Amino acid sequence: MATKIFKHIQTSAVPLPIENIDTDQIIPARFLKATTRDGFGNNLFRDWRFDDNDHPKQDFVLNNPLFSGKVLVAGKNFGCGSSREHAAWAISDYGFDAVVSSFFADIFKGNALNNGLLPVQVSDDFLQKIFDAIYADHETQIEIDLQDQFIKIVATGEQESFEVNPYKKACMINGYDDIDYILSQKDKVEQFEAVR
Amino acid sequence: MGQTLFDKIWDAHVVSSAEGFPDILYIDTHFIHEVTSPQAFDGLRARGLPVFRPKQTVATADHNVPTWDQHLPIKEELSRYQVDMLTKNCAEFGIELYGLGHPFQGIVHVIGPELGVTRPGCTYVCGDSHTSTHGAFGAIAFGIGTSQVEQVLATQCLLQSRPKRMKIEVNGKLQNGVGAKDIILYIISKISAAGGTGYAVEYAGDTIRSLSMEGRMTICNMSIEMGARCGLIAPDETTINYVKGREFAPKGEEWDKAVAYWQTLYSDEDAEFDSVLRFNAEDIEPMITYGTNPGMGIGVTQHVPETTSFDVKEQGSYKKALDYMGLHDDEQLLGKPIDYVFIGSCTNSRIEDLRQVADFVKGKHKADGVTVWVVPGSKQVQEQAIREGLDKIFDAAGFPLREPGCSACLGMNEDKIPAGKYCVSTSNRNFEGRQGPNSRTFLASPLTAAASAITGKVTDIREFLKEEELV
Repeated sequence: MATKIFKHIQTSAVPLPIENIDTDQIIPARFLKATTRDGFGNNLFRDWRFDDNDHPKQDFVLNNPLFSGKVLVAGKNFGCGSSREHAAWAISDYGFDAVVSSFFADIFKGNALNNGLLPVQVSDDFLQKIFDAIYADHETQIEIDLQDQFIKIVATGEQESFEVNPYKKACMINGYDDIDYILSQKDKVEQFEAVR
Repeated sequence: MGQTLFDKIWDAHVVSSAEGFPDILYIDTHFIHEVTSPQAFDGLRARGLPVFRPKQTVATADHNVPTWDQHLPIKEELSRYQVDMLTKNCAEFGIELYGLGHPFQGIVHVIGPELGVTRPGCTYVCGDSHTSTHGAFGAIAFGIGTSQVEQVLATQCLLQSRPKRMKIEVNGKLQNGVGAKDIILYIISKISAAGGTGYAVEYAGDTIRSLSMEGRMTICNMSIEMGARCGLIAPDETTINYVKGREFAPKGEEWDKAVAYWQTLYSDEDAEFDSVLRFNAEDIEPMITYGTNPGMGIGVTQHVPETTSFDVKEQGSYKKALDYMGLHDDEQLLGKPIDYVFIGSCTNSRIEDLRQVADFVKGKHKADGVTVWVVPGSKQVQEQAIREGLDKIFDAAGFPLREPGCSACLGMNEDKIPAGKYCVSTSNRNFEGRQGPNSRTFLASPLTAAASAITGKVTDIREFLKEEELV
């Protein structure tokens, strides 16, 4: 089955300069009861985004009309904690195609890659440059190219390359799927079972 | 060059390894539960695939279940629906389910070990980050996302790149009142909530070796709280004695063969690790967390750090955490009034945890104004506790023994800590809202939690133990 394709984007970005954002903040456990993959975007950052009466909190960035775009830029150790893939679904469902941070938790990174949501890990310094650029101009454009593995602040031309597993890169660019790949080697799996 | 324990197990499970691709790793047992599996089963249906090895898949309902009046239908509609979906999916795909009412039901990371499903040298996955628990047996155990749950259901394999290897050694004698939970909270406070990211962590040293299997599970359980891919401890006599005779443990000749293999599972003397850390057991106090990630922990007598002690870039996040917790710079938690005590979760809900708490609270009573929940990790733990009369000790102390489930660890079922309230919790996460919207969590050991329930405030268990020695 084909997965969501990611090749290249140029977009404005939403800044969230908080460190150690855990997946319980991205999508609290009480919203994990759905049995489909749809609709999690409504509850993305639920408790930071809405008050107890479900009214938007004006001081939260997703409720600030000045900021928008397809890229979420966040502080280091993004996505730590629970393995809930619902976190990647929520970010993607809300409309983000990539998350930029100076450090990602492992399980979140894997979940994101499995859902066509690109985690872009940059240096602390470059992350700060992106935050500064966004705060200086809310509409500043960020360019991310997966094929050539770079992220650029368009206005200044400053850019940095980023790492991505070559297999997952091929999957995202071509929409390949892990299960299809393993099933193509099913004879090896059965052979392994037979001889161990 | 010698091999690490991790590499020995990994290599024995590689189905295929190709340049530029992650390894295809064979998974011996796949644990599933109601929250992270429904979309995976839908995926199988969409692909027209069966579960490849249903006999190697074990299911239970734990996250959504109530821990009181469990024989009644689940009140919350969405929770009930999710549990019903698991029942339906297991029936359709031929998977054994230890659902509500089954004598083997319980928290997935408690039942695997107690049933003898978790064994040395094997690979385990589950759509739950605390799957690292099973590594306590000298096994490789990963938490995975739902796409990977689907992958393992479809193929009994996981695509995975080999992580780096870290060894954490703890040596020396623990102070009285200090246990496995304090060790792991101490380690995480030293290396941070991201300090293990990218690593498989092997715990070693004489202090780790002296721990029971329950204690080792507590340590490995929280490996994910430092970001580690998994945690593991080489099997020894303690491991073998624990597994022996359990429901699904090998028997007879199979057992002898298994034990002979398990005895080869250790890191060779000259094995190389990418990182080695050493800690002294004597330095570890009873630990408590003050912030909103498990790395924000201190010895119970210490003070909350000053904001200015952090890098300028980190100060905003630090202040946000203290504001959430209602704490200020340099505050001492010792003596801070608390509202709730939760003893349970996949970190600390095993029979040994309950015995330790019962032994301590016998003849004591909880403070007025504190609500205490003791939630056994499984039906078997609950029944064992009742057989040993622990329930009566708990009742007399005002610590009602509830029914098994994840309970107040994650604010998904009925057991939630109310907004603004402080809970001393034996669980594994103190994230904002983890135990319920705006709840405030102090993570600690079962003994610290029990002592705090008795006094109604954050308490140094060592003071209690000293007094008891004098009596």
